[in-house]
Parts: sequence; C-alpha cells; structure tokens
Amino acid sequence: MEAVFLTFILMLAIFLGFELINKVPATLHTPLMSGANAISGITVVGAIGLAGTGQQDLSNWLGAAAVALASINVIGGYMVTDRMLAMFKKRGK
Amino acid sequence: MGATGLVIQLAYVIAAALFIFGLKLLGSAATARKGNLLSAVGMLLAIVAALLDQGIVEYQWILLGFVVGGVVGAGAARLVQMTAMPEMVALFNGFGGMASLLVGAAALATASGTFVLVTIVLSILIGGLTFTGSLVAYGKLSETIGSGAVQFRGQQIVNSLIVLGILASAVMFCLQPENSQWLYLIIGLSLLFGIMVVIPIGGADMPVVISLLNSYSGLAACAAGFAISNNILIVAGALVGASGIILTKIMCKAMNRSLSNVLFSGFGSVSSEQTVVEGEIKPISVEDAFYVLEAASNVVIVPGYGMAVAQAQHVVKELAELLEENGCVVNFGIHPVAGRMPGHMNVLLAEADVPYDQLLEMDEVNPRMETVDVAIVIGANDVVNPAAREVESSPIYGMPVINVDKARTVFVLKRSMASGFAGIENPLFYKENTRMLFGDAKESIGGLIREFS
Repeated sequence: MEAVFLTFILMLAIFLGFELINKVPATLHTPLMSGANAISGITVVGAIGLAGTGQQDLSNWLGAAAVALASINVIGGYMVTDRMLAMFKKRGK
Repeated sequence: MGATGLVIQLAYVIAAALFIFGLKLLGSAATARKGNLLSAVGMLLAIVAALLDQGIVEYQWILLGFVVGGVVGAGAARLVQMTAMPEMVALFNGFGGMASLLVGAAALATASGTFVLVTIVLSILIGGLTFTGSLVAYGKLSETIGSGAVQFRGQQIVNSLIVLGILASAVMFCLQPENSQWLYLIIGLSLLFGIMVVIPIGGADMPVVISLLNSYSGLAACAAGFAISNNILIVAGALVGASGIILTKIMCKAMNRSLSNVLFSGFGSVSSEQTVVEGEIKPISVEDAFYVLEAASNVVIVPGYGMAVAQAQHVVKELAELLEENGCVVNFGIHPVAGRMPGHMNVLLAEADVPYDQLLEMDEVNPRMETVDVAIVIGANDVVNPAAREVESSPIYGMPVINVDKARTVFVLKRSMASGFAGIENPLFYKENTRMLFGDAKESIGGLIREFS
C-alpha cells in the first residue's frame, strides 16, 4: 500500500513541477538549472540517516560520502544561484 | 510513528511547500532571488528534521560530510566564472546522481520486498549514468576532452548489449539481493552506460544534454526516495525532474530537432548539401558603421556565444548606453540556444549590468524587427540564419531564428567568413541590407565607442 501512496505523491509532484516550471521566463533558465541542482541535493536528507547509524560498516561510509556530495550541490547550488540572481537588475536601478 | 517522527514528517511537508513556493517566485526576475532564499530555507528545515531522526546515534561522519561538501560547494559557487556555468551545472548534476547512487546502494542493507529492490536498482542506474554522463559532458564543455561527437561502427550494438546486461543483472539482483556481485555489475554497467550515451553527442548539443542530465539527477533522487520511502526526496526529485524535462523540450524545439535526433545522430552528418548563395559580401568600416548607428533610433543587438568568448559583453553594454544617450531605443534579442546552456546569454549580459527588461526573447523581438533601424549581430551565426526560413534543403530549415534580415540594416560582427557550429553557409551575409564588420568583436565595438565619445 505504501508503494501506491508514494507513487501518488510522485504523480502529483510531477504535474505540479510542469505547471511551475512552464511559468519561469527564459531569462532565468540558467538560475533555474543551478537552483534545481541545489534542490536535487535533497538526497542529503536520505544520506544523513545512513551516515549516522554508528555501525562503521560499508553503508555508513557510503552514507557519509553521499552527505558530502549532496551538500556540495545544496550549498554550491543555492550560493551560485543567489550570486546570479543578484546580477539581474531592472532598468534605472 | 512517535512524536519525533511526526515532527520530522511535518517539517518535510513545510519544506516541500517552501520548494514549491520558491519555484513559483522564480516566475519573475523581480522575485526570483527571494524564491531561491525560500527554497534554501526549505532545504535547511529538511536537513534539521533529518538530523532529529532517532536512528542517528553518531554525528561525526555527517559533520565531516557537511564540512567537505560545504567547503567545496561554497568555493565553487564563489569562484566560478559566469562563462563556465554550464560546466558547473554539469558537474553538480553528476554529484547529485552519485549521491543518489550511494544512498540507493546503502539502502540495500535494510531493504525488503521486490518493490524496494526495484527502486534501488533504479536509483543506482539513473544515478550512475547521470554521474559518468555528466563527467563526460563536463569534459566536453570545458574542452578537457575533445568536444566533437565520438561515433564508431557497432555503437548501437554495444549500447544495446549494455542495456541487456543492465536488465539481466537487475532481474538477478532482485532474485538474489544477498549476492552482491549483481549489485556491482549494475553499478559498473550504469557507469559505463553514462559514458556511452554522451560521447556520441557533439559539443553544440550540450545544452540539451545538460538539461536532460539535470532532469535525471532529480529522477535519481526520486528513485532514492522510493528506496528509503522518504516523501521529501520524491517531491523535490520530481520537481527537478520536471524542470529538466521542460528545459530539454525547449532546447530541442529551439533547434527544431527531436530529442532522439539529438541523442542518436551527430549533427555534422546531415550538412552535406551545398546551398548556393547569391549576392556579394559588403564590408563596412568602423567609421561608416558609426554614422549609421548615430542616425538610428531603434537598435536590436543579437548576441551569440562568440560575444562571451571575445569577453565583449562589457563593451557591448557600454555601446548600448551610448546609443541610449543618443536617443535611441536599444534592446537585446536572445535566442533560446544562444550560449551553451538554457538562459546562459541572459546571465552573461546581466553580469555586464544590462537590465533584464532590455533582454527580449525571440518571440518578443521578431514581430518588431521591421521597425528596427539597425540589428547588430555579435558572435551569433546559425541563430540568425535566414536559410532556416527560406532554404528547404538546409539542415537547419524549420529552426526558429531571429529575423535580423528584416531590419533595415544588419551589422554582422565577425572574425572571418568561417561558418558557425553547424558548418552551414549563412545567406544573411550576402543580403542587400547586410554589412560585415570584420575583426575581433571587442575591438570593433571599442572602435565604435571611441567614435561616439
């Protein structure tokens, strides 16, 4: 039953994603992509649970590596997106 | 579900809402920065919630991961040149994919049931091919490896064999999850497959590829979310997946090609036909160009990646300001595939302080082209090629282009008469109203600026 429930969430999220992204103007497509990089770093949430088991086994190491990789995306992604968006200015400002 | 569990789940719901609202604010340049900030707050909330999980007994490895990732990420974000954004996004796509692969593989320790095993396979497969595919894309974009399409005889057969191998080992893995050789086989083949799918794609098609890999990095997170049954991974992954797919579609449409055409055939192979172009090339000197511009009241500048290569965006901005002071309306016409990733040209111009309301999309600028006195083409070629409208035998026939040839006068700033990325003859250069301003774009524009002052 849980599988169905998760698939349901997936379906809704995909449709919502299409609606939202279609409204992003072409001017902002590069920040959109780097922002998407940051959001895809959400894997860090899953990796945290695996890196903190205290088991000192393979899945612990894999989890720690995943935390590092995903947080590159999270921190780098949000920072570079902010840096780019700060450059977009309206006329006369 | 205990009280802590409930708090964690609620925090995930709020985080998802913040991601969604952040993306909504990205719908306008005025609110986009706030949107990014909201999305970052959502991420912080999700991470804090994940740290509350009672299954976590020690924090040092998590902390180590954060420190390493934080230093690398922050360093990259601060130091990257705007011209190198495509490389950075490509690399980050790869990291996202690899993280999902690792989470999928690590989730195996506690996995039960075929459904979970299938989702583990998916997160490893998508994550793995995203990782190596992105590294190849990064190599091609940064030109550490050749950017050309690598094709060889029997490529399709080799790829089909890899796919069959992945399918077979996936089935065996689901039947015998305790036998780790199937897991290693899936990982190895996925990594190999990522390389094989990106090497046959040429450098000019990289905008499509990094959009697609962007989407895959989200889908990999999604699959990892299924593997550890975590809602927030599924929602966030799906949003990223949808975003990448839409951008891929936009890029393909702007090049008038189908996705399968981009993925499976090198572009060079179609441009064998010769177009016969009539007319002659009419060069213009900087002084004469200045007199035309001084009299112009409406100018559109159409930049291509050549402008960024020549690092000419700052002088272009200066010229635009001088023209405006002279009472002229100046706009920039941006083709969707100008630059090397979606929206790249806009970022390069924003960096040079061009206000975003001056940056017009192709569909906005084309209807008003007939009222334009001078269209200045800087470092663009194929995206302004009228053969896309006029010459049915042209390989780019049907591709939407910016109709600069409909302006009263067209200046083309060009180093020499070499063809563009696609190697196609451009009849624009031979039109009655076209003048060629030969030389380095930065120097030519610098010359125009000197004439004005």
